[in-house]
Amino acid sequence: MNEMTRLAATAIPTLSLQGVGFVHRGQTLLHPVDLRLEGCRRTLLMGPNGAGKSLLMRLAHGLLTPTQGQIRWEGRRPRQSMVFQRPVLLKRTALANLTYALAVNGVPRARRKSVAREALERFGLAALEKRPARVLSGGEQQRLALVRAWLTEPEMLFLDEPTSALDPAAIKAVEDAVRDFHARGTRILMSTHDLYQARRLADDVVFLCGGRVLEYTSAAEFFTAPVTPQARAFIRGELVW
Amino acid sequence: MTDDANAFQTALSLILGLDPDLLGIVALSLRVSLSAVLIATLIGLPLGAALALWKFPGRGSLIVVLNAFMGLPPVVAGLTVYLLLSRAGPLGELGLLFTPTAMVVAQVILVLPIIAALARQQIEELHGDYHEQLRSMGLSKQRMIPTLLWDARFGLMTVILAGFGRASAEVGAVMIVGGNIEGVTRVMTTAIVLETSKGDLPLALGLGILLLGLVALVNAAAYLIGESARGRLG
Amino acid sequence: MHKTGLILAAAGLAGLSMATQAQEGERFIILASTTSTENSGLFDAILPPFTEATDIEVRVVAVGTGQAFEIARRGDADSLLVHDTEGEKRFVDAGYATERADVMYNDFVVIGPGEDPANIGDADTVADAFGRIAEAVAPFASRGDDSGTHRAEQRLWEAAGVAPDGGWYRELGSGMGPTLNTAAGMDAYVLADRASWVAFENPQALELLFEGDEALFNQYGSLLLSAERHPHLKHDLAEQWHQWLLSHDGQQAIADFEVKGQQLFFPNATK
Repeated sequence: MNEMTRLAATAIPTLSLQGVGFVHRGQTLLHPVDLRLEGCRRTLLMGPNGAGKSLLMRLAHGLLTPTQGQIRWEGRRPRQSMVFQRPVLLKRTALANLTYALAVNGVPRARRKSVAREALERFGLAALEKRPARVLSGGEQQRLALVRAWLTEPEMLFLDEPTSALDPAAIKAVEDAVRDFHARGTRILMSTHDLYQARRLADDVVFLCGGRVLEYTSAAEFFTAPVTPQARAFIRGELVW
Repeated sequence: MTDDANAFQTALSLILGLDPDLLGIVALSLRVSLSAVLIATLIGLPLGAALALWKFPGRGSLIVVLNAFMGLPPVVAGLTVYLLLSRAGPLGELGLLFTPTAMVVAQVILVLPIIAALARQQIEELHGDYHEQLRSMGLSKQRMIPTLLWDARFGLMTVILAGFGRASAEVGAVMIVGGNIEGVTRVMTTAIVLETSKGDLPLALGLGILLLGLVALVNAAAYLIGESARGRLG
Repeated sequence: MHKTGLILAAAGLAGLSMATQAQEGERFIILASTTSTENSGLFDAILPPFTEATDIEVRVVAVGTGQAFEIARRGDADSLLVHDTEGEKRFVDAGYATERADVMYNDFVVIGPGEDPANIGDADTVADAFGRIAEAVAPFASRGDDSGTHRAEQRLWEAAGVAPDGGWYRELGSGMGPTLNTAAGMDAYVLADRASWVAFENPQALELLFEGDEALFNQYGSLLLSAERHPHLKHDLAEQWHQWLLSHDGQQAIADFEVKGQQLFFPNATK
């Protein structure tokens, strides 16, 4: 409860992309895009492999600089975090990975361990505390990466195909965690090529194909009345590229 | 055959005898080489990290030069330092020639390229693995360095040991800038050269075995520390 | 935990090496000298009485004669004790040293395989002996390092009327000890100073085959370096050392030094 009120107290700044494009070695990987991400919504980035989902995600998060156009946070830069397709955990114990993130965020040393243990407990990972993070299973690693993101209390969370290599139980755990973030007041931008996952989680959908944003609409509209033929084909489960 | 047996007997009696002169030589060897490795580490790790993280003009040439200097003949390093520290040289005023300090300086020149060049490789590799995550967490390149150094520590330990191996094994540099002065700048390797030139081959080989044992001991200590930590961290 | 372990280990090693660090007094001089004197053990015998008498420590840098001159020329040694009388005189003439004095001598000896294929054991003079070696085309190991011994060897070839050349003449570019080691390994003849030879521990088949010719005389000289050229040197202390070498005590200490029951150096200061 406490957490929710704290995060909800201030509005999350709008992220605005204007004419954002990306050219690499003469090849246009992303055609100019206009996009506004507002409020506390869960936006799912959808599209076939190579459509530019990861690229758009990295541009929005600030890991890459666009070769054209402008990315702006309206007002201030919010706290943000990203969870990658293949989680990058430090060569340390599970607990040390979490206390590291807390240290980076300026949490006093004395509080780090107890805060990290609480979070492990909350996500059912308490048993992994002393295990080296790099030898955990893929699912455990991804859940640990989510706990790490959780501890930094992001106002906006980016997830780049976080479940693409996981078994169903782990997928469920990740999706539950995403709901927990959202319930705490975090805006979500998550990419997936799993239609069913998008149906389960999305408020809005951005549909990308061949480096172009073809649709940006509410989930209900996207799944019931897609505008472009590519989106229609994608929803029917046909191969699109 | 008998010479070989003699050498082992000599080595054993050297160790058991605890001869104060010999202890002085052993201690000086360790002091000079460990100091040189410590200094080269303090310079080489940040330098390696900087080369791994930042792209700047001349970076490629600097890397090639560092790699080439890994093969610098100790005699050349010694001669260079000798000319620098000689009274007739630019740093002659310091009066450092034929002192342990001069030997440390020469060995730093030998060890630094090894540590910097190999550390760059290790850190670059880990940086490739970590950089998106760390940037996502909002870390600048400067702030990544401590994390990268710490998480690469097992690999870097091997790098530092390679540097220590070079320092403790070389004789060409310390001979020239130290002068092999008994009780002042005589170390294990220069003592070995001296005994060889006297034709006392068993003693020379005995000293060699002792030196090898010493280096093995330092390596074993590092290995054990590394293994116990690795066991806990995977 | 492991972090503390690492730091402790490093600190421990550093502490150990610091604790055993030699105390550095200011009353010392650097003496550039030759490997032959160092290898024979002469300094171990004569330095303690000098240090006891004067409280001056002598730090010996033992190198080839050529390098010893170079070290002194650059102002890196306070004193010089070598065995190349002509070179020493030139050094004085060039203004690098103000005084040169005879200290002692030993002699060169011709060493070779016990079988003596060139039969130099029967030679009358050393020039004759060298001529026989060249004639027999027997392997000869030369220092080849511009040392005092090498220069003496070149004078002997000249006296023998031989320009040594060809596969039998091996220029090693090494000190006395390594040259003896190599000669032992290939059963070669070699010119050595007596001190190095007597103290040498790895003769294998080598034996002393020829000695006693006056041409084999090997004079050692001590030089007082120029205070004008190198004002920073410890001239007062170096002068004390120089004078002590020439004094009764110094000369006696040299005479008393023996290896395997043999006196190796013969004091001959003209005081």
